[in-house]
Amino acid sequence: MAKKITLSREFLKGLWDENPVLRMLLGLCPALAVTNSGINGLSMGLAVIFTLVMSSAIISLARNIIPKEVRIPTFIIVIATFVTIADKMLAAYFPDISKALGPFVPLIVVNCIILGRQEAFASKNSVGRAVIDALGMSIGFTITLTILGSFRELFGVGTIFAVQIMPDSFEPLMVMVLQPGAFLTLGLMIGIGNWLNARRAK
Amino acid sequence: MVNIFIIFLSAVIVNNYVLVNFLGICPFIGVSKKISPALSMGMATTFVMTLTSAVSWLINKYILDGLNLQFLQTVSFILVIASLVQLVEMFVKKISKPLYDALGIFLPLITTNCAILGVALFLVLKEYNFIESIIFGFSAGVGFTLAIVIMAGIREELELADVPEYFKGAAITMIVAGCLALAFMGFSGLI
Repeated sequence: MAKKITLSREFLKGLWDENPVLRMLLGLCPALAVTNSGINGLSMGLAVIFTLVMSSAIISLARNIIPKEVRIPTFIIVIATFVTIADKMLAAYFPDISKALGPFVPLIVVNCIILGRQEAFASKNSVGRAVIDALGMSIGFTITLTILGSFRELFGVGTIFAVQIMPDSFEPLMVMVLQPGAFLTLGLMIGIGNWLNARRAK
Repeated sequence: MVNIFIIFLSAVIVNNYVLVNFLGICPFIGVSKKISPALSMGMATTFVMTLTSAVSWLINKYILDGLNLQFLQTVSFILVIASLVQLVEMFVKKISKPLYDALGIFLPLITTNCAILGVALFLVLKEYNFIESIIFGFSAGVGFTLAIVIMAGIREELELADVPEYFKGAAITMIVAGCLALAFMGFSGLI
């Protein structure tokens, strides 16, 4: 029973306590760059879930045969392989989304969340735990990106996932879907996150 | 000549790497507490970026395009960057000890700076020739340095400001970056 509790905690920590974007400030580039709509945030998150879970599994399996001196290059090659697969799959089946995300799909390679989890977790733990940890982290990332994207879409265009939410009289705030909106919204989200955390700790 | 000037101006100001394209946000937030380390980081990045753009252009043109292996782009570029960073580190250590001490810890970090891989990917997308690629890499680095130094200057002043408790640190930095991005949007009609 004890093992089950720790496994679920392994999963849940990625969602809030160690949320990669809000608490650890990792993977900020894609979080800012592609979240001009909810759907873009979600698809970026799904690409990261795929890459992180697959590379964590492989690296955890190979953790005893990778020499310590060359572990970082090895991790990067494994990650780059799965990113290329994700990139080509997106381009083949969802060309519109692939176009919207542009070079930010190949850029997942240098997303610090993925390399960070390999170094801190997958290379030291069994496959099961590494996959659970990867799932938690990447789902936490996806949820954050989806909220961020939906919020910007709501105020910038008046829709969420292309469904009209705001009344017709609402004047869209263009700035929210442009670059400054990304920084401002993420700043607000981090601040609110801090506030919620402080309130929970009391 | 005019073309090169436009590439330079566009990469430094109009399409600033950090504030407009969102590349290299991690060092931009992480290493912008004080001006002098920010400047060193910017210089190291500019150096590696210029080299990377030259080497990855050659690899893309003569190896990947030549053998029809474009799907290996991401993998080969990241390898180029990782080995270049290692090479630069050894080279700088041998040539100039003071420069090595100044850049020291920042050099390995550059490998995972998405701005570098971003440069390599963008110059393939934009189909620049060899000279244009080098200029593009260099100016992207200058743009990164400009943004990170401005940010460090603001954050040094911010230390003295009365920021609401929950917004201290990362949150207020993001909001300041938002204001900076807003300012840089003013350049968007320039080219």
